[in-house]
Amino acid sequence: MSAHDANNNAQVQSASETVASLKVVPQKQYGLWIGTALVLVLMYFIIRAFAVNPAFEWDVARSYMFHPSIMRGLYNTLLLTVIIMVVATILGTIIAIMRVSRSEILNGFAGVYVWFFRGVPALIQLIFWFNLSLLVSNISISLPFVGEVFSVRTNDFMTPFFSAVVALALCEAGYMAEIIRAGIKSVPSGQAEAATALGMPYRMILKRVTLPQAMRFVVPPTGNEAINLLKMTSLVTFIAVDDLFYSAQSIYARTFETIPLLIVVSTWYLAVVSIMSVGQYFLERHFGRSDKRNETLFDTWLRAIVGRKNRSNADV
Amino acid sequence: MSEAQNLNRARFDVPETSMIFARGVRKSFGAVEVLKGVDVDVAEGSVTCIIGPSGSGKSTFLRCMNHLEKLSGGVILIDGNFVGYDLVGDRLIELKDKLVCQRRAEIGMLFQSFNLFSHMTVMENLIEAPVRVRRMPKAEAEADALTLLARVGLSDKAASYPRELSGGQQQRVAIARALAMKPKALLFDEPTSALDPELVGEVLNVMRDLAKSGMTMVIVTHEIAFAREIGDQLIFMDDGVVVEKGDPKEMIENPQSPRTREFLSRVL
Ligand SMILES: Nc1ncnc2c1ncn2[C@@H]1O[C@H](COP(=O)(O)OP(=O)(O)O)[C@@H](O)[C@H]1O
Ligand SMILES: [Mg+2]
Repeated sequence: MSAHDANNNAQVQSASETVASLKVVPQKQYGLWIGTALVLVLMYFIIRAFAVNPAFEWDVARSYMFHPSIMRGLYNTLLLTVIIMVVATILGTIIAIMRVSRSEILNGFAGVYVWFFRGVPALIQLIFWFNLSLLVSNISISLPFVGEVFSVRTNDFMTPFFSAVVALALCEAGYMAEIIRAGIKSVPSGQAEAATALGMPYRMILKRVTLPQAMRFVVPPTGNEAINLLKMTSLVTFIAVDDLFYSAQSIYARTFETIPLLIVVSTWYLAVVSIMSVGQYFLERHFGRSDKRNETLFDTWLRAIVGRKNRSNADV
Repeated sequence: MSEAQNLNRARFDVPETSMIFARGVRKSFGAVEVLKGVDVDVAEGSVTCIIGPSGSGKSTFLRCMNHLEKLSGGVILIDGNFVGYDLVGDRLIELKDKLVCQRRAEIGMLFQSFNLFSHMTVMENLIEAPVRVRRMPKAEAEADALTLLARVGLSDKAASYPRELSGGQQQRVAIARALAMKPKALLFDEPTSALDPELVGEVLNVMRDLAKSGMTMVIVTHEIAFAREIGDQLIFMDDGVVVEKGDPKEMIENPQSPRTREFLSRVL
């Protein structure tokens, strides 16, 4: 072996060694560091301000956290949110289906519905329904020749709670209808066409093919809607439904402990919103299960923990 | 065969062997006439290929056959039945949706874009219509589905979602899904046009096997070589009319109409 060859060999060796030992020096992100430092400083001041300032009266807030009126208020807020969301989703689905129907009249009606109930502020709708009993004292249905078949005094059932449900559900249904309509529109038309060719009737196609696929597009904005609604229910304070906010108000109207009670209320709203976000995450995962490309790190991690449960459910 | 089917056949002089019988089929979208009187005969167990330039009305004609589009004129009889109507005296009475669906289910249709239900697994895709439309017991439908999947060479994909399959596999599943309804005829609308070239073969193989098994098929295609190989009849459509039809080999080698000649020279 000549010296030249040996030299060459050494060179090859060192080249591959160099490749193996190359170090990557990450880009220096000075901006990011400065930003982080600024935010940390800011957080320190904010937290200190909140913790030290006597106006916040944390002890008082803590003592009211599980106060019976607050608990009743929280219960009513949750109840309102759930009932309204359920009614609004059902109503919204019906209106969305009308909106994509071939009938011009159904389509037009649904359009006007959405236009009206999304356009008028929720608070005004709420007060309107609450006052309905003053404007119309009886609701009756009369048929020609048969006469009155149904009559009811509005005061008997237009309790504040019921007015709140009607007003906010009608309003929320307008938003839900638009979300669901967008979801239906985002399902490729070939899906319904293939189902039609297989002999499935229109309603079955909606139920089995179009709506389930629309769900993937509907769930994320619906989660936002539900969170918005939870907060929107605080409007019912104006018509004296004792929700979370109303209960807090009636306490601080007596004791003047306004800020601690607002802290109590905010804490509860935040807690509920956090729980809802987790629920939303699981719903999204459920409806997106046919598309694994969108799997996040958290998904992979969860799947490892839960095992292949989701998959084996999907197996037939 | 029902009495109505026999009456229809007698009334329109439908040949004994006919599975699809179209006379004077017209279809307009608004003011635009897309089909201008199309006559087509497809014998039971035969393969008919339709070729023609884009926009000539091939898809529209296929869609008319299973009443995805309503005719503006003319008649189409599938096995002696109108898909969307019943003939009473001189009038075509439009059928209730339920009956239209029943009759439509007897004709399978395959699309360029496969259109598998993307939220369902392959197995769920296959049993959906048999179970929901035909009310077949689920276990029976699943057994059928497995046989069909074996037939298209995808036994191991029952639990997969469409997204996890290649285009060629998706189209084979779509064929199995159509077969699950035990159709009298299959309509293919450019079944391989959306596929990568190396995947075309596997779909054509499945279609070739189907043709051999005696399935009545109408295939809109750009695969002239395939049409020539398995077709019993070739139809050239242009501008909403059938310009020429006949034996595929003769027609491809010796087209009679200048329009056919010109089209073939462009695609061959
Ligand atoms: N739903 C529809 N509305 C209006 N025009 C249509 C519709 N479907 C098809 N057409 C028109 O009909 C003509 C024929 O279309 P098509 O049957 O898809 O042709 P091909 O399949 O031969 O390419 C085209 O000009 C197309 O624009
Ligand atoms: Mg076409």
